[in-house]
Amino acid sequence: MNRIAERFARLKRDRQKGFIVFIGAGDPNLEMTRRLALAFDQAGIDVLELGVPFSDPLADGLVNQLAAQRGLESGTTPVKVLQTVAAIRRDSQIPIVLYIYFNLLHRRGLEIFVAEAAAAGVDGLLVLDLPPEESENYEALMRESGLCAIYLIAPTTPDSRIELIVRRGSGFIYYVSREGVTGMQASVSDTIGQMTARIRAHTSLPVAVGFGISTPEQARTVAENADAVVVGSAIVNEIAAHGRSADLTERVMAFTIPLAKAVKEKRTSP
Amino acid sequence: MVGAVGFEPTTSWSRTKRATKLRYAPPTRVRQRCARRRAIANSFGRKDLRPPLRRTPFAVLATGGALRENGFMNAVVDATLPDAHGRFGVYGGRYVPETLMHPLQQLEEEYARAEQDPEFQRELTYYLRQFCGRPTPLYLAERLTRELGGPKIYLKREDLLHTGAHKINNAMGQILLARRMGKTRVIAETGAGQHGVAAATVAAMFGLKCVVYMGEVDCRRQELNVYRMKMLGAEVVSVTAGQKTLKEAVNEAMRDWVTNVRHTHYILGTAYGAHPYPMMVRNFQRIIGDEARRQILEQEERLPDLLVACVGGGSNAIGLFYPFLQDASVRMLGIEAGGEGIIPERHAARFQGGSLGVLQGARSYILQDEQGQIQLTHSVSAGLDYAAVGPEHAWLRDQHRVEYSYATDEQALAAFGALARLEGIIPALESAHAIAAVMERAPKMPRDQVIIVNLSGRGDKDVAQVAARMKL
Repeated sequence: MNRIAERFARLKRDRQKGFIVFIGAGDPNLEMTRRLALAFDQAGIDVLELGVPFSDPLADGLVNQLAAQRGLESGTTPVKVLQTVAAIRRDSQIPIVLYIYFNLLHRRGLEIFVAEAAAAGVDGLLVLDLPPEESENYEALMRESGLCAIYLIAPTTPDSRIELIVRRGSGFIYYVSREGVTGMQASVSDTIGQMTARIRAHTSLPVAVGFGISTPEQARTVAENADAVVVGSAIVNEIAAHGRSADLTERVMAFTIPLAKAVKEKRTSP
Repeated sequence: MVGAVGFEPTTSWSRTKRATKLRYAPPTRVRQRCARRRAIANSFGRKDLRPPLRRTPFAVLATGGALRENGFMNAVVDATLPDAHGRFGVYGGRYVPETLMHPLQQLEEEYARAEQDPEFQRELTYYLRQFCGRPTPLYLAERLTRELGGPKIYLKREDLLHTGAHKINNAMGQILLARRMGKTRVIAETGAGQHGVAAATVAAMFGLKCVVYMGEVDCRRQELNVYRMKMLGAEVVSVTAGQKTLKEAVNEAMRDWVTNVRHTHYILGTAYGAHPYPMMVRNFQRIIGDEARRQILEQEERLPDLLVACVGGGSNAIGLFYPFLQDASVRMLGIEAGGEGIIPERHAARFQGGSLGVLQGARSYILQDEQGQIQLTHSVSAGLDYAAVGPEHAWLRDQHRVEYSYATDEQALAAFGALARLEGIIPALESAHAIAAVMERAPKMPRDQVIIVNLSGRGDKDVAQVAARMKL
């Protein structure tokens, strides 16, 4: 069974909410990415999203753009990210999703990339700019390799599209809680409950909610309506601030653990 | 059949030829105008501008036999594309984040309705005529023709449009669409600033808020246009990411659009991006080719042998080419920016150093490295300095319907100077790339042929940059 599906099954059994962390791969370097991944695993993070640096991350806000830039500057390539995942797999079974722009897959060749990702120990791909309409044989390839094709749903997504997306997606559905790029914001959207209810009307897949969540209070609020909460830019920001310090891992964990706790406080109703 | 064409044939040869080539019978009024124009052309007293006595036998052109040997040119192609998925063969499509998928579908539907709506078309035609200054002349560049000693060279004078380039054709179409959709704010990306100025202009006209994204490097090299946009009431955001040119401006515009999509329309300026943009922009720009086709039939009583246009994203080129795609005898040449030569990161000629990829909403030829990271580009002209090319161009190239080549910075600058001195027209550096190609090709072509080159914009914006380079 795929590690993502396994994890969400366990969370459901334990009536727990999931906590998903995003970081940019290779920020500040891939060795640090490996160490952070192991630390996240020990802290009980449910899924790790690794952003594969791309030169033109048009769905990302400034914080993640800069992370991608640092990743590229440290020499990070898609192949090296896969090697890093393979290295993480020697010590950890934390579910890993690659957050990636389609051109990087396209360039490598979809079939080859999916096979390589599966071999490295990746559990799912979230391709930012690949809607189901353009996916061609992507989902079939992913299924054959045992990977989850994770799709986004946005506040602008109408019911007809929700129906299409949940049919094509696997692992979990990532609900982008607001219109816009990735990044932190002062308050979370108040339409989350409404939208997650609409999504659940069409699917039994777990619904993760992300974009703009940066404090334990926000995480707690969002967790009320979500199966899992995603925090990205806020953690990336910590890495940016302390990237050069020797105790980067400790600092990032000190920031992340309260967020995870806030999410885990929420129990799902039986 | 010959009689139906309605010309007074001068030789039995031209009877057949014109009868075969022309697909309609021009009314008397048109015939009279043609005769007048012929008389004017003849009054120059120059043999090379008179209607030619002998031309290439039509059979050769119709089969494309002789031309195919030159490595390009297919007779005709399917002009009904894109398909329902926004694809031109394997190119095009809609590769965007989910937030934009539904808004793009709505835009596609609204555009389809507008296209069929006589009221929309009437309004668009009205503003294009009364505000923008259409139709633009198709001007015989006499001295350039004589200097090169080849075919007659006609300039499609898009540089004479209000705001100084073809970009206003599309901006006008899209602002009317934005109004139809009840949007209160428009955004645009710009490279050379011509599209930004066009967007700012139409936004001012209709009282919509306008934000234009422009790379910091471009803001510097096209400073005049930055001032113009600001005077027109637009907010100009200088983009400092990456190489600070057009590609980054598009990224930033898309980020804005994702964030404000409910009340904002993105006036994309070129025949690129996610469906329906490449199709919609082409359709708003095809007026260039529609006019040119009508004008050349009036002025020369024949179709041109060659069309030439510069290709950045490719909107001025597709606008000129599209209405001629079914005319088997008309060859087409798109000119990309060769920069300092075809060396990685020193040019923007996607068909020279590019490969199949997906960038900013579409699948097309893009300049990328082995990993799929987008490469740096360079061109003296900000408007051609872009890593991807319009998907329809990629398809037309595959079909061998259009040939694509490039002109270097040096060639473009030489053409810029030549057109100014020979014709009294200062072209945009973008359009100068097309002129450069004409200067190279024309001397090798028969004198009895006809070239139309799209003079897509005027060069006022480039004067300071070129002056500094020439140390004037």
